Formats: sequence, structure tokens, C-alpha cells
Amino acid sequence: MVWRPTLQSESRLDVRKTYKLYVGGAFPRSESGRSYVVHDSRGRFLANAAAASRKDARDAVQAARKAFGGWSGATAYNRGQVLYRVAEVMEGRHDQFVEEVAASEGITRPRAQRSVSAAIDRLVWYAGWADKLAQVVGATNPVAGPYFDFSVPEPTGVVAVLAPQKSSLLGLVSVVAPVVVSGNTAVVASSRDRPLPAITLCEVLATSDVPGGVVNMLTGSLADTAPTLASHMDVNAIDLTGAAGDDEHATALEVAAVDNLKRVLRAPASEPDWTQSPGLDRMRRFLEMKTVWHPIGV
Amino acid sequence: MSFEYAPAPESRAVVDLKSSYGLFVDGEFVDGNGHAFKSVSPATEEVLAEISEATEDDVDKAVAAARRAYTRTWSTMPGAERAKYLYRIARIIQERSRELAVLESLDNGKPIRESRDVDIPLVAAYFFYYAGWADKLEYAMPGSAPRGSVPLPLGVAGQVIPWNFPLLMLSWKIAPALAAGNTVVLKPAETTSLTALLFAEICQQADLPPGVVNIVTGAGETGRALVGHPDVDKVAFTGSTEVGKAIGRTVAGTRKSVTLELGGKAANIVFDDAPIDQAVEGIVNGIFFNQGHVCCAGSRLLVQESVYDDVLARLKRRMASLRVGDPLDKNTDVGAINSSEQLSRIRDLSQVGEAEGAERWSPPCELPDRGFWFAPTIFTGVTQAHRIAREEIFGPVLSILTFRTPAEAVEKANNTPYGLSAGVWTDKGSRILWMASQLRAGVVWANTFNRFDPTSPFGGYKESGYGREGGRHGLEAYLAK
Repeated sequence: MVWRPTLQSESRLDVRKTYKLYVGGAFPRSESGRSYVVHDSRGRFLANAAAASRKDARDAVQAARKAFGGWSGATAYNRGQVLYRVAEVMEGRHDQFVEEVAASEGITRPRAQRSVSAAIDRLVWYAGWADKLAQVVGATNPVAGPYFDFSVPEPTGVVAVLAPQKSSLLGLVSVVAPVVVSGNTAVVASSRDRPLPAITLCEVLATSDVPGGVVNMLTGSLADTAPTLASHMDVNAIDLTGAAGDDEHATALEVAAVDNLKRVLRAPASEPDWTQSPGLDRMRRFLEMKTVWHPIGV
Repeated sequence: MSFEYAPAPESRAVVDLKSSYGLFVDGEFVDGNGHAFKSVSPATEEVLAEISEATEDDVDKAVAAARRAYTRTWSTMPGAERAKYLYRIARIIQERSRELAVLESLDNGKPIRESRDVDIPLVAAYFFYYAGWADKLEYAMPGSAPRGSVPLPLGVAGQVIPWNFPLLMLSWKIAPALAAGNTVVLKPAETTSLTALLFAEICQQADLPPGVVNIVTGAGETGRALVGHPDVDKVAFTGSTEVGKAIGRTVAGTRKSVTLELGGKAANIVFDDAPIDQAVEGIVNGIFFNQGHVCCAGSRLLVQESVYDDVLARLKRRMASLRVGDPLDKNTDVGAINSSEQLSRIRDLSQVGEAEGAERWSPPCELPDRGFWFAPTIFTGVTQAHRIAREEIFGPVLSILTFRTPAEAVEKANNTPYGLSAGVWTDKGSRILWMASQLRAGVVWANTFNRFDPTSPFGGYKESGYGREGGRHGLEAYLAK
């Protein structure tokens, strides 16, 4: 027998990442077994991503519902701390996000750096709202009678979010954070063509004390997942931002959402400028106002 | 049957005490020009460190540093950046919480269980909460600023805090001030400077720009120099009503804005339908928490006559199980009185209580030989005219009175110049809300007592001061109207 020493390669072959879905805190492949090719802005191969099916969408809704009790029941202070922790962990992965955002969006590194930093700052801004929202949108109501009457905001439940197609991270964070900060859980359909930062964000969520199921991520075509989410009877609200520019599709989704009277945030005519500072609107959309009456007397 | 507890002392090793400490001015530790004074452990009378005293000249330098930092960096920095500094501070406090808790218990005398489980976690929470406000000021005072604009800070805040919750009171003062864009010069109480100076080190760790936070140590003279300084825009004080009034007179005729959080003589009112065991826990927590060194302590117990005997018997039984002793022991319920001056005040007023005809009782209780100690004490047969029912004792001394009707309870509860807090114990929700509407107090606790949270405004009616700390309302004190 002849032996030879192990060959040492001069240039190491890199280990590539498999991009999968994020459902219930785990990273499964699509149950359909399908995937699709993700290209960079110049059409070069970047990765394969999982093509989520209708069944994946239903599984994600189930996971989000399961997580709702715990997340909505956590103290606002706790939710704020968890979201701030997400920002901390994102900061640690800054370079990875920059690389993926630059490749996905076809922008220069400095622009991608600004965009990633803005996404992290956006998350910090929303984290701070966790224990302040009720103080700004809630009220005590001076009713004309011997009653103490107050209104407090509560999360609406499971929210389906069609994430923006263009802004792969800043846009994504800008639509997901306002949903979950108040205690909702989310099923997010990521940008079809730019899903990589979304999956990396999920890796951050999975390691940042965010309970599994609070955010679930479906990659793939909206045509496969959005109709299921819009008509699903256990989804309480839907944000149609990701359908911006496709009026026909957006209207069909809005019609489907009426089946169980989902709260609908309509798709804008075109994708908004995510660098603008957000107001309260996105948070308000996914809140219910609960008013409590209690008699006053000896 | 009684159980003996083995000693369970928390280690002091986590604290790195220096032999002497200076002031913290413009991001650096510097020596003060006054006479150094000693900080003593109230549990053992051991000298912990020597502390520099800030003179008028030192205070002037600190205010000048705060003004520079205000003009050049802090007030012009985007709110989101100020937020990040405050988040950093909150995180470092969480990381160094054990060290802060041990140092607080050493210097103040409060049980480690309280500093570890109440004070320090709340300190971090206040910084965390107000960090989040720094970039949301346009939502803090709806309608007060033109649409699309952000309310402005006041400038340099001069802040004077007491010794009962040294670091917690620091956080109540510094966190909202900084979030709103002010810079601060803070004077801790002369008996409890050490955690404030450790906080200064935390500011350095967080790379907080120099001059944003300045700490000047010293006693009344230093405080007067700070409050009276012409370049201070805002005065915030927590402490006695007497000093609060002196501050009010000092700033009269100036443009300084002022908030005062002063004394109290809170009524803790127990109705006959209350869950009595829970109420007894609330009474004990209300007056013996932090040795009764609490401005909102439930120092007047009002019990409905029909349950008086029952409540008193159970209260005495509960008090017999309180453990008084080494603040660093994890089983200790009641620690040391903060200073010999405070101990004499508590002793004097208790003697007056006896002399005026009230009946004094304490559980059998062995007190350590060295240090400043006072056994948990209750007075029965107290009338509204007794000094122990009117004056703030600021110690573990409870005056017990009775009432028959809700209206009488309200009458007695409100019969005080103070109006900081009140407690109501009853099973009936409508009565809680009726009582809450009748009580002239800034905080009403129902079926609980001594609860604090950064989102919840705190402050008094009447001679308990004015202004609120905590919550959205706490920001108003640091923003220009």
C-alpha cells in the first residue's frame, strides 16, 4: 500500500450557507421541496432560497398563533429589552448584512452601510416604544357618571406582513418592528428577489431572546403565499406593502381579507422612502383599543 | 417553634473601594477644594472612604463644564444618538449590578436583598425607559410644540438627591434630564456618595461626552452653591420639605424651573373586607421596607375598627419574624439606620410618642453592638394630634389609628400637610376607585404598596412637593414648555 500526505489546498474552498425558511423558531426547508435561484442585481448566482408553499404559510400562521399568548403577555419592558437585544446582535453582524444588502440591492458598499445602520437604528427606535405606546395612544375617559373608564391598546393578534420588494433590510425592519413591538406575532413574506438579508435577520432573531414563532419568514413568490395569508381565518391583520405597484393583486388580497374582517394596511402606489422617520401609524394599525368601565363608590 | 438561620453574607470582594474619592467634573475625577469628609458604613461605623467636598468654586467649574457640554455637544446631538448613550449606560448598570448592589448596601445600610432585587434593577429600567424617549420627544408633550418640531431642553440641571435610595434617585434625576437633552450637575447626599461616583465611572465606560454628567460631593453648603448658581436653568430636588422650601425661596425671582419631591406621612388604609394577611404584608412592606427611610412610606396605619384586633395581632406576629441585622446578609429584612443623626431623630420622636401617651411596642429583637440600629416599632392609641401622627419620622416606626366609615378614613388620611402617597386595602373595586378619587395624594396604591416603575409618574400633592418623576410626565420637568 502506498500512502501520501494529506493535500493542503492553498485556496480554501468556502462553506456556503443554505437559506431556508424561519418558522416557529426553526429553519425548515419548504415542505414542497422547492427552491429558487436568487441572483444579485447583475444577474449572477447568489444562492438558492426556499420557495415557500401554501402549506408553509399555514404552518407559519399556526406557529405565530402559538407564540402570541406568551409574547403579548410579556411585559412591555421585557419586549423592549428583547428588541433592543436584536439591535445589539444585528450590530455584531453589520458586515454580513452590508455584503448581502449590497449584493441584493445593487448599491455601493457605503450606501449599503448606511442602509444597514439605519435599519439597526430603526429597530432601536421601535424598541423604545414598547413601554411608551400605551402612554401616548391610551387614555382615561372622563365619562359623565361614577365610573372609572380607561382605554388601553392591545395587540390585534397574528399579523401577515408582505415585506417590501426593494428595500431588503431597512424596509423589512421598518414593517416588522412596528408589528411585533406591541405584542403581535408576524408571518412575513420577504422580498422575492432579495430574500437573503431577511433570512440572516431571522438568524439574528433566533439568537436574540425573541421567542420562536414571534416572527416567521417565508421566502418565495407572493403569488404562492399571499393569497393563503390574506384569506386565512386565523390571521387578524395584513400589511400589503410588499404588493406595492400591483393594484390588481393588492385588491384581490384586500377582498380575500374581508372574509374574517382582517385589519388591512393597503399597499402604497409605490414603495415608500424608508429613510424617512416613521410616525406611529404602522404601530397603531395593528392595535385594538380596549376600554374598561368600573364603578366608583363606597 | 423558631428557626435559626445560618449567616449568608454577600461577598464584599466584588467592590473595589478606594481610600479617597474626588469629584467628577468634565469627564475627569478631580479633588475638591473643601474639607474631605468620611463615608461610613452605618452597619459597622467602619470608614469606607474619604470624599472630597466641593466648594462654591468647584461647583462653578462643574456648572461651566455642564454648560459647555450642553452648548457644544449634548443639546445639538440627534436624539437617537443620546438614546444610544443612555442605552449603553443601562446595559453597563445591568452588567455591573452585583457590584452596585453590594456598594449600595455597604454605604447606605439597606439589606442586600433590596439593593439587589429592587434598587439596582429599577435603576437600569429607568435608564432603559428614558433612553427610548430621547428620540421621541415630539410625542412626549402633545400639543405643546408646533407640529413637526421637537420640544427643547432647559439647559443645565442642578440636581440634589437624598441618601435613602442613592443610585435610584440618581437615575430618576439623570435619565430624564439627559434624554431631554439637558446636561447635569448632581450632588449626592453626603452620607451616600459612593454609588454616584461609581456611576461616574460608568459614564466614562460608556464614553459619555465629558461634562454631560458632573457629580459634586458635599453637604448642605455644596447643595446651596449648586441650587443658587446663576447658570443653572433647572433645579430638581428630592429630600425634606424643610430644605425643599429653602430651595423654593432661593430660586424665587429667578427664571429657574423647579421640581421638588419632598416628605410624606402616607395613610395606609385597611377596610374590614380586605384580605388581611395580604394587607399585613403590605403594612410591613409599607413601613419597614428600607428601614422606613422612604418618603412615601405608609407611616400612618388606618384600620377599620371591626378588624382592628385581628390586624394588630397578625401584624405583631409578622413583625416578630422580621430579621434585623447585617445589610450584606441575604436573609436580612431590615438593615441599619443610615446615620447617627437620623437615628437620634427617630429615637427622639419615638420618645415624644410615648410621652404624649401612645403605647409603644417592638418585637423581641437583638441589635448589633456597633452601627446605627432601631428595632421595628409600632405605636397604638395614637391620635391625630400626636406628633408621631403628624411629623415624618423617616424610620421604622408605624403609628396606628382607627376609623369606622370610608368618609372618616378619607378625613383622617387627608389630615396632613403632606400628600405624597396612600394605600387602600379592600376587596371592593368601586371603593378603591372612590377612595382614590378622594385622597389628596400623588400616588395611590390599591392592595399593594411601594410599587415603582419607570413608566409610572411619581410625586406629591400639597407640601410633598411639585412635579412628577417617571413616565411621560417625568419628561415635562426637563423640557421647555
